[in-house]
Amino acid sequence: MEKVIAGKTIHVNDEGFMTDFKEWDNTVGEALATENEISLTPRHWEVLGYLQTEYKNEVPLSIRKIGKSGVVDIKEFYALFPKAPLKTATKIAGIPKPASCI
Amino acid sequence: MSENKGEIKKMMIILSKATLENVYASFVLANGARMEGIEAEIFFTFFGLEAVHKKKNAHLHIATVGNPAMHIPTMVGGLPGMEALATSMMKKEMEKIDMPEVPEFLEIMADSGVRMWACKLAMDMFHYKKEDLFEGVEEVITVGDFYKKSEGEGVHMLFI
Repeated sequence: MEKVIAGKTIHVNDEGFMTDFKEWDNTVGEALATENEISLTPRHWEVLGYLQTEYKNEVPLSIRKIGKSGVVDIKEFYALFPKAPLKTATKIAGIPKPASCI
Repeated sequence: MSENKGEIKKMMIILSKATLENVYASFVLANGARMEGIEAEIFFTFFGLEAVHKKKNAHLHIATVGNPAMHIPTMVGGLPGMEALATSMMKKEMEKIDMPEVPEFLEIMADSGVRMWACKLAMDMFHYKKEDLFEGVEEVITVGDFYKKSEGEGVHMLFI
């Protein structure tokens, strides 16, 4: 479905995850973060950038991988994106929800 | 229940066994809850304590006897070394799907905010001390304490 955010039309699925990463840019990211009650700091942007790189490299994401990324540890990840961090962070990053149980 | 429409807010998981498949079940459920923004706590009791016992938890086995889903005849499953063999095969598969080993999984859970408790009765029975346990275990508590921690709306309890 279509959604207008930050003056742009983007395509999202029924859970609100973007279906076309090409439509994502920093302003869309900012707006998605606000929707999820998160105000982005430089640390958030570093993590989002890491997630997007992994997505582009087709690496499946999991909490364990994030802990080993060297970019952020698990504690900080939960602190930056409280409540469902992997889901929230990927949603803001404009990439699909990871299908991971770990 | 009337107000919260069945929303799960907290999972209280009781782990009473130390066979690898049961330990992993409780860990995946607890960690999975945190990943969804649901609170999670584990109460380690009886053999479940081995999962947080620092000297023992890296050497847990899956059960090859009395486990029909293993598709190994019970007599064969009981032969020396079978548990170790089946466990090492299973661990290889688990690594492939990014499943951490027990000690690492405990760290991940602690960092993710899973709260962990040890059962006082079982600690006394096995003569374990708090220092024997993984540091993420906050306290040795009674069943009554555990029930008290389980109060509230949207709290679910699971016995493994």
